[in-house]
Amino acid sequence: MNYKSDVLVIGAGGAGLTAALHAKESGARVIVITKEYPTRSQTCMAQGGINAALGNVEEDSVESHIANTLKSAHGEADEAAVRFMCSEAINAVEWLDSIGVCFSRAKDAKIAQRALGGASAARACYAQDYTGLKILHTIYDRCLQENIEMKNEKYLLELLKDEEGRVKGAKVLDIRSGEVEVYEANAVIMASGGYSRIYDKNSTNSTASTGDGIAVALRAGAKLIDMEFIQFHPTGLKGSSILISESARGEGGHIVNSKGVRFTNELAPRDELSRAINAEIAKGEQVFLDIRHLGEELINEGLPQERKLAKLYENVDPVHEIIPIRPVAHYTMGGIEVDHKSQTSLSGLYACGECANHRVHGANRLGGNSLLEIVVFGKEAGLNAAKFALSQNTESSYIEQPDVMNDIKAGKNEIDFYSFRQHIGDMFYKDVGIVRTREQLESALKEILEIKEKLPLMGVKDTSKVYNTNLVEFIEFRNVLAVCEQVVSSALKREVSCGAHYIV
Amino acid sequence: MININIKRENEFVEYGVDLEDVTLLEVLIEIKTKQDVSLAFSSGCRSSVCGSCSMRVNEREVLACSYKVQDGDTIEPLKNVEVIRDLVTDMDASYTFNARAKAWLQEGLGISLTQDDAKINEVQSDCILCGSCYSACPVYSVNKDFLGPFALTRVWKYVSDKREGEPKTKIDNVQLNGVWDCTLCNECTIVCPQNISSKTDIEKLRFKSAQYGYMDPNFGGFGSFDGSPSF
Repeated sequence: MNYKSDVLVIGAGGAGLTAALHAKESGARVIVITKEYPTRSQTCMAQGGINAALGNVEEDSVESHIANTLKSAHGEADEAAVRFMCSEAINAVEWLDSIGVCFSRAKDAKIAQRALGGASAARACYAQDYTGLKILHTIYDRCLQENIEMKNEKYLLELLKDEEGRVKGAKVLDIRSGEVEVYEANAVIMASGGYSRIYDKNSTNSTASTGDGIAVALRAGAKLIDMEFIQFHPTGLKGSSILISESARGEGGHIVNSKGVRFTNELAPRDELSRAINAEIAKGEQVFLDIRHLGEELINEGLPQERKLAKLYENVDPVHEIIPIRPVAHYTMGGIEVDHKSQTSLSGLYACGECANHRVHGANRLGGNSLLEIVVFGKEAGLNAAKFALSQNTESSYIEQPDVMNDIKAGKNEIDFYSFRQHIGDMFYKDVGIVRTREQLESALKEILEIKEKLPLMGVKDTSKVYNTNLVEFIEFRNVLAVCEQVVSSALKREVSCGAHYIV
Repeated sequence: MININIKRENEFVEYGVDLEDVTLLEVLIEIKTKQDVSLAFSSGCRSSVCGSCSMRVNEREVLACSYKVQDGDTIEPLKNVEVIRDLVTDMDASYTFNARAKAWLQEGLGISLTQDDAKINEVQSDCILCGSCYSACPVYSVNKDFLGPFALTRVWKYVSDKREGEPKTKIDNVQLNGVWDCTLCNECTIVCPQNISSKTDIEKLRFKSAQYGYMDPNFGGFGSFDGSPSF
């Protein structure tokens, strides 16, 4: 099957759907594809909030928001991009409010705001601890209203380019039928999410966050930057890596060790706090989040998910007990390099959301800035991609090229990739984790290259054409491996500690 | 050792895993990665917010990521929906109901909500579109045009939103195959992982419909309607 549109959006999370809305509004024909369903993307897991210096509950300013963001970024952010994002934040929240997002409210009917780590004021607008879920679903509802064409369970295989190297669409696996389809477009927006699942189970993320779009863009020749900057969230549940939102600390939660002693500043930026907790664990201590003193009412009101998840996965009720935690991979600052128009190094390819690197987070993202980024730069990517696509006079003329399926069919299928997936995740958590040594990075790179050599011996055992998740997971694994190589190579090039990249 | 039976094609297949005190999703992943790569199921967030892993255990809808497995459990895909493979169903049809029901903010008034205003539909906006309610709905099982539980809950979410300037348009749109077709059996409420009661939302939509002069068609032709709800 061949499909055509002016703009093809790959990924249907908050960034992709926002981009699609604005591209369509600009007059472009838009198709959105997703390997899942739109409302199942990573955005739904964001809990804490979306930053905007509204000053609703205490004095705040755009300048403070910029200053806090730059400080946390450790000199690795682009000040102009940060300035743009923080200035647009107020419009972004107003837009979300205007389309029906159910933000929690303060007593004077203004949108309520709470403090997150590294912020000089209560700046995060929230909807209980379902901020991402409610933003995503409302944007999705808006897409239905605007009749955006969304195609579910379509998995990106390769980007298509014309003779001059311009991106002209994508080759996609229809997961349901097993058929390969072609989506032609004059502009492609990559909004495919981050790569925290390279850490496998040591991540708060959805199993889908395998860096597909980044790996595919890399194969097509796009430039990636800052891949070594990976944020570890201080408070993942110890056993399952399920996220306990930063808002638990924003509300006044304590981090304590086995003796019940507080040993760090709970509202420090995530990189600092994760290292403090990591050091405590290295001493042989267990670390816990204690929110008992917040009281049952506040916990039920502001942190209902946290209570439910702690009970389910750790068998503890946070109202009465302390919660065992450890830092786990949560957000990937690195990604596809884009300019001020969200355009990548490839003509016709735009990127937004976690797969892109707009250089607004630098070496460490502030809580509440990721939901902000997807709305602000989702819009920019949509507008700019539409403008570009509509300015192209030539009809699409991509060149047929071999895709990943050819390699897979040639696979010998003697080695199980699932055990390697887990092994890489654990090895990366240890060696390319919160604290890294040069020796660890070198050994990790060596191992990744060795596993890469074994790829032709791995393969897909399930022979079904219909809904073959063994096949999808194998392609994801290949993407993970490609991303891992980039992360560790990039880490080796940065010899001095910076934010989330901490070398000893 | 936990043994479970999973419905595949037309038969149940028994699997045993050496795990304890784990969620069904953890067991399915264990089976997939260690025993049988061909088993198909959907999953995502593992924390009950993405709605991917809805299925039935012992004939009751659950999210696999929030259900602790018991020895002897029987696992099946959702009902009232096309099974693509094993535990994976095609959700496209139920998703289209949100569009048909026009479940969005039609005409934003640009007003500020108070704390009390925001509470009105706080629970309704917790919906994760997992589809458990469609699987449990006896009306949907016989009428595939019925707008169904989560779409009607979403309509109520917007109708009850003080920012909506066109609530009547929304009410007009849910009269046919909508609010009056529900039997108020409450199955949707029982299975909802987010504690949403679509049944109650449908009752509220009926009340609102009556305010706009609509009558329960099931009582059509029997005298005049005095404006009070007929339930």
